[in-house]
Amino acid sequence: MEKLRETWHETWHFYRRTLTLVAKGNKLYYAWCFSLMAIIVVGFLSYLKQHDVGLIATNMNDQVSWGLYIANFTYLVGAAAAAVLLVIPSYVYHFKPIKEIVVLGELFAASSIVMAILFVMVDLGRLDRFWHMIPFIGSMNFPQSLLAWDVLALNGYLFLNLLIPIYLLVKFYYRKEPNWKFILPFILLSIPMAVAIHTVTAFLYNGLPARPFWNASILAPRFLASAFCSGPAIIIIIFQIIRKVSTSKIEIEDEALFKVSELIAYAMFLNLFLLSAEIFKEYYSQTVHVASFKYLFEGLHGHKQLVPWIWAAMTMNVIAFFIFLIPQTRKRLTTLNLGCLLVIIGVWIEKGPGFVIPGFVPDPLGEIVQYLPNSLELMVSFGIWATGLLIFTLLMKVAIPIETGAFSHVSYVEHSFRKEEENQAWEQGSFKKF
Amino acid sequence: MRDKNYTRREFIRNLSLTAIAGMSIPLLSACTKEEVEDFLQKHFLEMTEEEKKRLIAKLEERYHQKYGRKFQISTKEAQQDTLWGYGLELSRCIGCRRCVYACVKENNQSRYKRQLHWIRVLQLKRGNLINLENSEHYYNPDTVPEKGYIYLPVQCQQCQEPPCVKVCPVHATWQEPDGIVVVDYNWCIGCRYCIAACPYKGRVFNWAEPNIPKEEINPSVHYLGNRPRMKCAVEKCTFCIQRVRQGRYPACVEACPTGTRKFGNLLDPNSEMRYIIDRKRVFRLKEDLGTEPKFYYFFES
Repeated sequence: MEKLRETWHETWHFYRRTLTLVAKGNKLYYAWCFSLMAIIVVGFLSYLKQHDVGLIATNMNDQVSWGLYIANFTYLVGAAAAAVLLVIPSYVYHFKPIKEIVVLGELFAASSIVMAILFVMVDLGRLDRFWHMIPFIGSMNFPQSLLAWDVLALNGYLFLNLLIPIYLLVKFYYRKEPNWKFILPFILLSIPMAVAIHTVTAFLYNGLPARPFWNASILAPRFLASAFCSGPAIIIIIFQIIRKVSTSKIEIEDEALFKVSELIAYAMFLNLFLLSAEIFKEYYSQTVHVASFKYLFEGLHGHKQLVPWIWAAMTMNVIAFFIFLIPQTRKRLTTLNLGCLLVIIGVWIEKGPGFVIPGFVPDPLGEIVQYLPNSLELMVSFGIWATGLLIFTLLMKVAIPIETGAFSHVSYVEHSFRKEEENQAWEQGSFKKF
Repeated sequence: MRDKNYTRREFIRNLSLTAIAGMSIPLLSACTKEEVEDFLQKHFLEMTEEEKKRLIAKLEERYHQKYGRKFQISTKEAQQDTLWGYGLELSRCIGCRRCVYACVKENNQSRYKRQLHWIRVLQLKRGNLINLENSEHYYNPDTVPEKGYIYLPVQCQQCQEPPCVKVCPVHATWQEPDGIVVVDYNWCIGCRYCIAACPYKGRVFNWAEPNIPKEEINPSVHYLGNRPRMKCAVEKCTFCIQRVRQGRYPACVEACPTGTRKFGNLLDPNSEMRYIIDRKRVFRLKEDLGTEPKFYYFFES
């Protein structure tokens, strides 16, 4: 009983201190958070309008029935899956510079999944009936529908990417040895799960013979390859920002960033290779199925809306590939960051709008209807991106001081003259042990 | 009696529904009783006869208020030993689109701010049938048929292996025993995955609240067919389920001035459809996709 009360007391203190930590910051922090919140409000109001009149408020139609929302969803699932590129080197190969930042990567994955799920939610015509999809309560069409698989996989991955970092962080906070026997299976499970979420998302499109553009078996590998470029690129940028603006001095070594960028080079090579294999097959065989590729790359019967976009994306991806390939450019922060930006935008175009829209053009009865998102879709999308960034910012605000030891149970209970000692013990103990 | 059938699954469901209902009390208290009922409405196939009756009474009342007409909402089930099939004689179609508008009228499709059509008639240059990319969907000459063109009407092909049913994440659409693919409009979540999966563009979406003038409403409806729908749910051709289950022809068959359209029971050896399949040269659209349509295009032999 006494113990229970103590636990409750401590938990309460942890929450209260966390809230205080999140609520206090410098001017930059406030400015950032409030501008995100402003964007979220605008996005939310736009969504309310869409909810009121129906999806007619968007530019989607019976021909192009998925648009910007599903494009963003696809991209973000990839970004989330990319956290595995931090998990493997740190937990499996014990690469120390990455090990120190892996928790941040996992929280990034969690934020991306939240965004991905939000994008599906705003795309649903009947959000009020969302409960029909919940297993046991509604009537989920599992295992037949790939969308049912996706719901399960995404939520499972979200759960893992919240459980693992939060568990580790709470242990760090209390300066306790993590119980590796408990958490390691979850960590190992998160590796195949990362691959699974993106494979399932690819299969969602892949399994539709009605849409030859998507009905290519190369799709899942392509998705993984492009995800493993764009996700780490976002992570590299984010880590540098954290390093700059975080008040508690977190150690993010350049070496960790360079290691990740090396992985981007391989992934980008694979991505370009798989894409060219697909393009070769379609263009050389010249069946009717080449129509969507033609629409994307050169325009179809005078409809060329996507052409400048995809060529911009191709250019960015190729330039970025060389930046990441050449060690001199990869290991200089200015060029590295340029490469990252190119990859982030290039891949977004390629596997977002550049992938979803051509699947619908021409439609199964040969009709060509062009689609560009309208301002409402843009505002809702920005709102969701801002939500994800805000969630990630708040998570970082707590996670980083815990990681650096500035925010801990010890610093609360007594002054930390024992901190150094414990730091060492914790490092040697926990990390070596497993 | 009831207790025996009370499975664990049902128990979990009821418990969870109660929990959801409980948690949503603050939210739902802002809604009307009608909205709450709609929110908690069960899947059509899981309703008891009693629940169906109550639902129908409620809908009849609601439609009466909205359209000022007395509605007859049928929930008539499929007849035994019936598998509906459709025949379309391509050499006869003149592209007049009377079927399209007869369908809109019979099936209470939305008229304005996205007029929905369940039938599309494609105009194709002669010398070409399969490459639909060269088809014209919005041809509009003074008179049809135009010289040098043929016409290919397309609607839901009532596939025996329907890809749309396979992909629906919530079982909102299914195949009835008489082969008709139907939608529970109240269960559809509006994800539009079925639209992406259909190779025939057999499904359309109510992007906004459907819009039907009071005087044009057809009050003789089937729950799984032509009853008035709501915004952001998917809909499709049901071979006029409200008619064919009462021994009548689909509206498009009756409307066709050239006798292009045929309809019948594929399991009845004496039916018109069987006659056509046995004696004429039939083919099915996109047969290579393995969807097994029950919609047969044919030519005079």
